[in-house]
Amino acid sequence: MEIDPFIFRFSIFILSIFVGYYVVWSVTPSLHTPLMSVTNAISSVIIVGAIIAALAGSPGKIFEMSNIFGFLAIVLAAINIFGGFLVTQRMLQMYKKKKDKKK
Amino acid sequence: MISANISAIFYLISGILFILALRGLSSPESSRQGNLFGIMGMVIAILVTFLSVGNFSEAVIYVLAFLILGGAVGSYIAFKIPMTAMPELVAGFHSLVGLAAVFVAISAFQSPSVFGLGTPGQIKLASLIEMSIGASVGAITFSGSIIAFLKLRGIMSGSPVVFKGQHYLNLLIGISIFVLVFFLCKTQLSYYFWIIILISFIVGVLLIIPIGGADMPVVISMLNSYSGWAAAGIGFTLENTALIITGALVGSSGAILSYIMCKGMNRSFLNVILGGFGGESAQDSKEKNKEQKPVKSGNAEDAAFLMKNASSVIIVPGYGMAVAQAQHALREMVDKLKKNDIKVTYAIHPVAGRMPGHMNVLLAEANVPYDEVFELEDINNDFANTDVAFVIGANDVTNPVAKSDPKSPIFGMPVLDVEKCKSVLFVKRSLSPGYAGVDNELFYRENTLMLFADAKKMTEDIVKNLE
Repeated sequence: MEIDPFIFRFSIFILSIFVGYYVVWSVTPSLHTPLMSVTNAISSVIIVGAIIAALAGSPGKIFEMSNIFGFLAIVLAAINIFGGFLVTQRMLQMYKKKKDKKK
Repeated sequence: MISANISAIFYLISGILFILALRGLSSPESSRQGNLFGIMGMVIAILVTFLSVGNFSEAVIYVLAFLILGGAVGSYIAFKIPMTAMPELVAGFHSLVGLAAVFVAISAFQSPSVFGLGTPGQIKLASLIEMSIGASVGAITFSGSIIAFLKLRGIMSGSPVVFKGQHYLNLLIGISIFVLVFFLCKTQLSYYFWIIILISFIVGVLLIIPIGGADMPVVISMLNSYSGWAAAGIGFTLENTALIITGALVGSSGAILSYIMCKGMNRSFLNVILGGFGGESAQDSKEKNKEQKPVKSGNAEDAAFLMKNASSVIIVPGYGMAVAQAQHALREMVDKLKKNDIKVTYAIHPVAGRMPGHMNVLLAEANVPYDEVFELEDINNDFANTDVAFVIGANDVTNPVAKSDPKSPIFGMPVLDVEKCKSVLFVKRSLSPGYAGVDNELFYRENTLMLFADAKKMTEDIVKNLE
């Protein structure tokens, strides 16, 4: 009997939860705010679904309902991706060691 | 156009890059590189998506235009936002992820054939369940985050909104969502789908309004987790590995942060969610307050004198420092103290501020080196050998009642042992209790000197007096 592909995806999901569990526990508490902003940015990878939805349809029929929701989702996810990664970068730039400062 | 197998491999790669992005955050040195991994993962995922669709209609122009529009708005926000507004920003970003998940789910429901999920009215059962879960969790994340945003921004009062039967109402609505999903699967009628989304928006609001301002660190972490689960739900619908991996990562990350925050307050997650904390007890202690206990209060000169003659000082920042934007003045004060060969360190309670790591970011912004900043368990034993504790904008997290009075609502909460210092300087605007509504016994101690003023103003005055 063949295994449903869903089971494979579910396995990936469960294993990723475990990876996430161990990776996040190793994050230093002082970086918890950047952790939140970067998880925010990466969860916007949902944009791939939005792009597929927006690009669908034949020429002349690109403003079907599913396309429009795709476009809207692209804007929202793009705000998050750029905003999330850039603000994380901005925060991380501020974390300096004592030695760096004395130079 | 590239084959589905090849794009699946690339999605896996971007998933791995996201894991490395989080891994990088284990130390500030590796964190910047980690962020670059995250950006690379995102670029790969987006490029592969374009390539896998292949035959572009003229829609591609709009896609790029909207991508640039969103990117410009996001970049503008990222550069302009003051660090003190981080909690609101993160809450706002969560709401966008949630809404994007809802929109993608709607697209998938409207044109299932695009994603290979069947035809309208004939959507595969598993996909239908997955997209309803994704849409529902996304909608809850959206409206919940909006409420959190409004509370953090001060547009909406931070005090809990509670009414009779609230929890039963939530439970009832929660169950009704499952019933509706069942009917949706049975009938494939689109209005069930819309009702599910609508009700989920309402659940998000109802879930967050009873939670008070001081519990915001838990709320933000929880919404972070939800945004992950919503992404994972959509990932299952779209059969996309990158989304499934990311959703699981973000979901567990938010859950762990919620756990750490709850532990920092010695409260169960359920207790926080059920909310209404601090309402009644606040009034109790106000009445008790009337039997005025003696308080020693001083001015900037006294504070400067005390610190100048100390050999070690520990700074305890809290939300009040963020509100007053006192971090830069504080750093100036510390520089002056260090010039006099006084050892200065910072002690940070896990729930200080309005989000996990809030204080650390503000201190980093003021150029405080991160190796002078310590977490509660690493520094708590040092208070006994320290001359002065300088508490700026913190309150409940220093309250010794948490160790001594089993009847207190904050009993058992881990607190910073500031009272063990030779003297305690307490910068605060008034004697009012903190968010937990508990009077702070520390105010009336023999070795406490209250400095009644705005945190920034007081710190600046101390700096002048240290000259």
